[in-house]
Amino acid sequence: MRMTGKVLLAGVFVLAASLVSGCGERSQVVVYESGKYQGKTDTKPWENSPGAALYTTSKWTSGDMASWETALRTRNQSQNEYSRAE
Amino acid sequence: MARMKFLCDAERCIECNGCVTACKQENEVPWGVNRRRVVTINDGVPGEKSISVACMHCSDAPCMAVCPTDCFYRTEQGVVLHDKDLCIGCGYCFYACPFGAPQYPQEGVFGMRGKMDKCTFCAGGPEKDMSREEFAKYGSNRLAQGKLPACAEMCSTKALLAGDADTVADIFRHRVLKRGKGSEIWGWGTAYGKPDNPKAQPSQTKGAKS
Repeated sequence: MRMTGKVLLAGVFVLAASLVSGCGERSQVVVYESGKYQGKTDTKPWENSPGAALYTTSKWTSGDMASWETALRTRNQSQNEYSRAE
Repeated sequence: MARMKFLCDAERCIECNGCVTACKQENEVPWGVNRRRVVTINDGVPGEKSISVACMHCSDAPCMAVCPTDCFYRTEQGVVLHDKDLCIGCGYCFYACPFGAPQYPQEGVFGMRGKMDKCTFCAGGPEKDMSREEFAKYGSNRLAQGKLPACAEMCSTKALLAGDADTVADIFRHRVLKRGKGSEIWGWGTAYGKPDNPKAQPSQTKGAKS
């Protein structure tokens, strides 16, 4: 009798688990909204620290867009051989 | 705010394909996909012109307009990027793009068209910056490292300029004002003389100095 009760209890647990298992399933289909980007959000390049990568000569303050842009403009001048030669 | 653009100087490009190689190497682009290529007009004829072409990161990008899954986005710097997790490889962007920038790797048993791949202005994609996932899907993220696209930085003649549009335009304007225009840029007049300048004719006895 005690054994049958345990089996029944286990059966109820399995049944309950199988019934609610579908509740945690995430939707695998993207519902598109026309004209809107729905992908992952991208991080900003200036949020990284200059030391995060090897062989980086540019210097900027992490999180400061203006300093990152200044660093890139400075680097841009390496493509201007007139300014290097003069 | 910076707006990133490419500018190729057709007077300087020598069709060395260094930019193509640099892009391939930097981003480990798969076989059959060329994010950048060099187009030459009047190839082999004196005065031929070459230009390096890739995604021009349009301010009003046609690829963004036609994408049925809206997988494109534009960063604050004006770089047009896309999410490969949303791309279905339909090819609409290829038809819309005036530069032929979108590329499709052959995937699967029958060489099916894979997800679109294109120049990212070396800005990676919507994954964690400089992560393995980002590199595998989109290639190198040089902007996050304070660098500029590898193609432009590797260009031996500095024909290909990349960076903030205002800065690039200033460099190009300065260059054009300094070098003049016409045949003297690429050396025909220096080498063979100019019809309107007899003094420039090479001497038959002593040899001419350029």
